Amino acid sequence: MNAPIDETDRRLVRATQAGLPLVERPYHQVADELGIAPEEVMRRLARLLEEGVIRRIGVVPNHYAIGYTANGMSVWDVADERVDRLGERVGALDFVTHCYHRPRRLPEWRYNLFAMVHGASRAEVLDKVARIAGLLGDDCAAHDVLFSTAILKKTGLRIGE
Amino acid sequence: MREPAPIDPVDRTIIDGLQGGFPICERPWAVVAERLAIGEGELIARVRRLLETRVLTRFGPMFQVERIGGAFVLAALRVPEADWDRVLAVVNGFPEVAHNYRREGGLGSDFNMWFVLATESGEAIAPLIARIERATALEVFAFPKLREYFIEMKLPVRS
Repeated sequence: MNAPIDETDRRLVRATQAGLPLVERPYHQVADELGIAPEEVMRRLARLLEEGVIRRIGVVPNHYAIGYTANGMSVWDVADERVDRLGERVGALDFVTHCYHRPRRLPEWRYNLFAMVHGASRAEVLDKVARIAGLLGDDCAAHDVLFSTAILKKTGLRIGE
Repeated sequence: MREPAPIDPVDRTIIDGLQGGFPICERPWAVVAERLAIGEGELIARVRRLLETRVLTRFGPMFQVERIGGAFVLAALRVPEADWDRVLAVVNGFPEVAHNYRREGGLGSDFNMWFVLATESGEAIAPLIARIERATALEVFAFPKLREYFIEMKLPVRS
């Protein structure tokens, strides 16, 4: 699963993981910082994007600031042999922002499919969760929604220097 | 949470139009500005202000650390209410804890602290979990992703 990346790629990751500079020629500024050609910065970023090391380049909104004050982690107990087929369908719903197959931890935790749902209110989130329940139908043995009640820590992702 | 800053229709267009697809070229802002029909300088200034006012949490490439050998694992604790403050301080004290949320479930779920562990290698996760278990005297339940399903990572502005 790992993409082959070299030391220059790693330097590029470290230089850009906190964000791109807010200037007219951001890639040129990164190139200056790294002491390499701007064309090389752009070529490497394009390759990392194509390989999926970079998911996307853009802005990340604060969910609360753009009207999504409720977020629910919906969790589903579905048959393991059907989880991929079902997960693809849940992930395709336009209001699901993350969707993962994760391990059960029996007996304490029976759920193996996780789908994040954002909304302007808990009622809206629950309404969307009901749509997922309708989509899964009899394939789902049980589900729950865990609402976040406080952000306790949020720091960016960092790889070391 | 701090009260978020108000945004106007131009901000909204920028946020909706810039969640992905920032071009890789010499003058990427000029390309986006033309697409959104605003000036390049105004676009940069607005994104700067939206970052400063925390309407945006970041701007740049989103890396999938697993693809470069790193690990990113969701984990949960069942924290007794009386012990909450102590456990919170211990967990947040680990620099590898990137995000931490308090969550409430229905159906008697007592998993109430959910956090993400970020390390530079997959091998670092197990010893880290053992350290958190020793420090909190609680069992850490790890939920590594077995598979990620494709999603359109985009939330349209609602307010």
